[in-house]
Amino acid sequence: MYRIKKTDLNALYAAIAKTSGLFIPIRRADEVNFAVWGEGKEVSLETLKTVKSPKNAFFPQTENMMKFKTEGKSVEVVDIRTEDKRPFVVFGVKACDVKAFEVLDRVFLAEPVDTFYQSRRNAITVVSLACSRPEESCFCTAFGIDPTAPEGDVTTWLDGEYLYWRANNQKGEALTEKLASLLEKCGEEAVEAQRSQTKEILKRLPLAALDLSRFKEENLNELFNDPRWAELSEACLGCGACTFVCPTCQCFDIRDFKTNSGVIRYRCWDSCMYSDFTLMAHGNSRTTQMQRYRQRFMHKLVYYPAQNGGLYSCVGCGRCVNKCPQNLNIVKVIKTLGGEKS
Amino acid sequence: MKEVESKMLERAKVLLESGEVARVIGWRKGAFCHDPEPASFESVDELKDFVYDYFCGANLSKYLIAESKKEGKTAVFLKPCDTYSFNQLVKEHRINREKIHVIAVECMAKLDIGKIKAKGLSAVTGVEVDGEQVKVQTLYGEAVLSKTEIVLAKCATCNKTHQVKDEEIVLHERPVRDVNRFAEVEALEQMTAEERFKFWREQLSKCIRCNACRNVCPACSCIKCVFDNPQSGVAAKANDDKFEEQLFHIIRAYHVAGRCTDCGECSRVCPQGIPLHLLNRKFIKDIDETYGEFQAGESAEGKTPLTEYRESDLEPKDVLKEGK
Repeated sequence: MYRIKKTDLNALYAAIAKTSGLFIPIRRADEVNFAVWGEGKEVSLETLKTVKSPKNAFFPQTENMMKFKTEGKSVEVVDIRTEDKRPFVVFGVKACDVKAFEVLDRVFLAEPVDTFYQSRRNAITVVSLACSRPEESCFCTAFGIDPTAPEGDVTTWLDGEYLYWRANNQKGEALTEKLASLLEKCGEEAVEAQRSQTKEILKRLPLAALDLSRFKEENLNELFNDPRWAELSEACLGCGACTFVCPTCQCFDIRDFKTNSGVIRYRCWDSCMYSDFTLMAHGNSRTTQMQRYRQRFMHKLVYYPAQNGGLYSCVGCGRCVNKCPQNLNIVKVIKTLGGEKS
Repeated sequence: MKEVESKMLERAKVLLESGEVARVIGWRKGAFCHDPEPASFESVDELKDFVYDYFCGANLSKYLIAESKKEGKTAVFLKPCDTYSFNQLVKEHRINREKIHVIAVECMAKLDIGKIKAKGLSAVTGVEVDGEQVKVQTLYGEAVLSKTEIVLAKCATCNKTHQVKDEEIVLHERPVRDVNRFAEVEALEQMTAEERFKFWREQLSKCIRCNACRNVCPACSCIKCVFDNPQSGVAAKANDDKFEEQLFHIIRAYHVAGRCTDCGECSRVCPQGIPLHLLNRKFIKDIDETYGEFQAGESAEGKTPLTEYRESDLEPKDVLKEGK
């Protein structure tokens, strides 16, 4: 284990940024989101939850895919990918968000592989950061995640004075080596003390005992047909806030944009809450907000795990809990349909 | 507030039991002490989860567009600011007034859990309001905050009074305060064009195009928004950090100009904390200064500055000349 003084972190960021891109929680206009680091930017590792998850490091909200150049009757397809091919470090990723990378990987890296996603994903080194002040909307432990020892290529812990650093694999070792002059060796006592303290808080969190046992494939029909979806979804505005702050939401739309010199095909995050989601020639397969609402949670809690060995596509980050304009969220769904509220 | 809540509950029970209304629109208890959700109650039994507290900030008026189309009458609890939106929606023939029974309820300003957490408090387990003091319990200890610092942005400068009531449950009058709701707009007007551009550029660059502002907005009551219509040619889901994309908010502000009641829901719901209400307030201020003071939603009848022509109205070319 290594450590570095908090006051020296800027030197660490600069050292990382010398050889790779650095994506890190940065405060801009009062809110903290993952963004590209540069001198003078206000890094905020203390922020428990960035508004957006770090997934846009390799799954950006909007990206151009190709361009069709037309000349007379010929059409030329041009690769216009502009993404940074340099390796980059995503720094300060919380345990829930690291787990979410696995959820996304299973979608984008399964055959047929999404090469846009893959090229960026392969280029990143994940430096995770343990949580020491979880809040009431956190429920990652319900999904078996340990926020005091997040996965990632490197795991870090932050206390009042130091950032503690541990490489977990070769990729992590390689980064550690590059930064060796800034890191000093240390014992694990401080980290262990923080971990046990945090674990005490975790036990007392109001959502610590969230029961997911009913959400499995064999209950699919019963859950789908539950009349309580109507009540659960009645206040839903049909906005996309929950889906766009979610670390595991992965749906996108592909559209064409006409320019003077041809057509640009781009993709952008889509939301199953939107009325034109999966709109097809025959119309829409889900015509009411209740159906859209049900789709979102059935996907996260039943369909996805049924196809991925029981892995839920919710990691309990609680962003939707904090950000829904009308206070609807997955926790209320789990409590109501899971049997806690009847 | 507990007293008010029990009176509301009592009234809801009577209205439902007597069959006077088919449903009551209010708030249902959440998973924590600070996340009640708008809800429809159709039976006395369902009222067991009814709540009215300092976190019931949501404006229930827009839900009445759908509710007033349903069988039977709907009773609704409206705070002072919500009644302006209600009137405006009645004026625009979105709500069928006959089908709604408005119960005006006192407000006393609602709290913003985001602001409470921004004070460094997390794992909030309880919030008690005692006048100007708010005691917040958390798993990490207790804190006492000043209420003024943690009310919703829309409540901070509110002096609104109920414009509609079929009956009322008001046990305490909120004192009229000496506040200028245009202070923030004036500060923006004082900036140079470059500073102002930078301010909005920074703020709007956070937008994730989730449409929460539009969907919650009572003035945005189009059955299908042009931005959702694939046939419109301007349907847009892409979120690019270009100013062109961010014009969405400015276009929206134009569309609701003269109809926006300043209910402040846009800023309340924005996940990225963009002070969208300032765009609308700038328009309100401009309308006041150009056509005389006007408050949308004060009445469900009559013409509005932007739908009425008077010979004395300022010509666009004069506005251009003044460089406003």
